[in-house]
Amino acid sequence: MNFLQMIGRVFLAFLATAGRLSIFTLSGVGHCLRPPFYFRIIGKQMIEIGYYSLPVVGLTAVFAGMVLALQSYTGFARFSAEGAIANVVVLSITRELGPVLAGLMVAGRIGAAMAAEIGTMRVTEQIDALTTLSTNPMKYLVAPRLIAGLTMMPLLVLVADIIGVFGGYLVAVHKLGFNPSNYIQNTMNFLELSDVVSGLVKASVFGFIVTLMGCYHGYHSKGGAQGVGMATTNAVVSASILILCSDYILTELFFSK
Amino acid sequence: MASSPRPIISVQDLHKSFGPKTVLDGVNLDVGKGESLVIIGGSGTGKSVTIKCIQGLLTPDQGRIEINGENVIGMAPADRERVNSRIGMLFQAAALFDSLPVWENVAFGLLSEGRANRADARDMAIEKLALVGLDASLADLSPADLSGGMQKRVGLARAIANDPEIIFFDEPTTGLDPIMADIINDLIVAVNQKIGATALTITHDMQSAKKIGDRIAMLYQGKIIWAGPADAIDDSGNPYVDQFIHGRVEGPIKMALRA
Ligand SMILES: Nc1ncnc2c1ncn2[C@@H]1O[C@H](COP(=O)(O)OP(=O)(O)OP(=O)(O)O)[C@@H](O)[C@H]1O
Ligand SMILES: [Mg+2]
Repeated sequence: MNFLQMIGRVFLAFLATAGRLSIFTLSGVGHCLRPPFYFRIIGKQMIEIGYYSLPVVGLTAVFAGMVLALQSYTGFARFSAEGAIANVVVLSITRELGPVLAGLMVAGRIGAAMAAEIGTMRVTEQIDALTTLSTNPMKYLVAPRLIAGLTMMPLLVLVADIIGVFGGYLVAVHKLGFNPSNYIQNTMNFLELSDVVSGLVKASVFGFIVTLMGCYHGYHSKGGAQGVGMATTNAVVSASILILCSDYILTELFFSK
Repeated sequence: MASSPRPIISVQDLHKSFGPKTVLDGVNLDVGKGESLVIIGGSGTGKSVTIKCIQGLLTPDQGRIEINGENVIGMAPADRERVNSRIGMLFQAAALFDSLPVWENVAFGLLSEGRANRADARDMAIEKLALVGLDASLADLSPADLSGGMQKRVGLARAIANDPEIIFFDEPTTGLDPIMADIINDLIVAVNQKIGATALTITHDMQSAKKIGDRIAMLYQGKIIWAGPADAIDDSGNPYVDQFIHGRVEGPIKMALRA
């Protein structure tokens, strides 16, 4: 029957994609570990991810912190628990919002750019040209990006954490009338190292996901400008979904006891 | 130049299809050491696919390809890299790396094999650019800022930069003016004769084919239907070849044009 046929076809296509992605991931990680390393390209990608994403991620973080302070104030005032605001802001930012928002912003910025660049290289035969110049495209194009994603995202998120907490402080002190030193005291009292570290581990995983999706979809794009466009969309959408799914899984791993 | 007893490239019974579409249907081809072979054939007959199979960029469905006596199909990546390091390739659409300046494109092979530092590689690149009639002032431009013909010549410089033993030229003179085309023809002949590199060239330009080629082979419907010395092509006695080299509409080759 047609309907069953369709289900079968979709299922087979899914399996094929999963297999291709697994092979791609293994090969990419393998090339990250084995020399030669293209330090020039790794450095370039690190700057692209870590430095040029700062404005976007910083802006996102400061507003996230501000809105958190405002929202929790209007909520907690009902229980006369306004004192917990500093606590709520710093925990939500370091554990969740810092890594997730930065991950999503970087998916849009970096994942899309990588898919477009590598996709264009694929359809204009530049990837074939690499092979003929005895350079492995996985090693030259994919590995440096994965390394840069893995290492730079935690740094980026650390900065985002600080900016986000500062955003909460701004609103709490200047709008809600908290005492500055009390607020800082409260922030520091509740914060544990594990909160920050778990967020940074998440950031590293998200950095890997974003760069992997950008590279994978770019690498397998075909059919000219339209194909590259589709690869870009797929890279951003799949990275965003994977970030949210893996965020849940990681939270479950870190904090459920 | 006569072909030596053992060919440097040997293609036997090569088959390649894309989905239901058969492109190569049993290609047999031998290229001797130091020889210059030209492949001619209609647009879309699979000339580019043939050299991509030989280079390992496409995996053939069936057949055997030997380079220097080594079977290269299904070769381990490290061995493939070793074989490829002695091969140069000019792509039909140049395929320059647009994230790198012109000189780094030309010096790419040298740099990636760590055979030169950046300053020396740059000098070498400028030297090779001069060979293809490009000025040193272009060295720091992005390939995207060059004209199509200039890109092609940068691609040519990149293909010969590593002094390869085997060079593939996919339509080296397409898109060049007649004078520049002749300069490139001379360059290919020089690379072939002075350095002794084996050349496999694809072209539509019969004048260029006769000038570059020791031998010419014609690909039609997935097979080599004629191969012989370049100077014998005018009286091949093969109606397909005759029609092709004279560009006649009438003849055994039917173009799928009818609506
Ligand atoms: N990656 C691919 N996927 C599907 N079909 C392909 C692919 N590469 C080539 N083809 C098909 O194979 C056929 C031969 O292509 P090829 O590029 O070898 O032609 P050609 O002989 O080089 O022509 P031209 O002289 O126009 O460059 C074409 O019909 C093309 O559509
Ligand atoms: Mg072609």
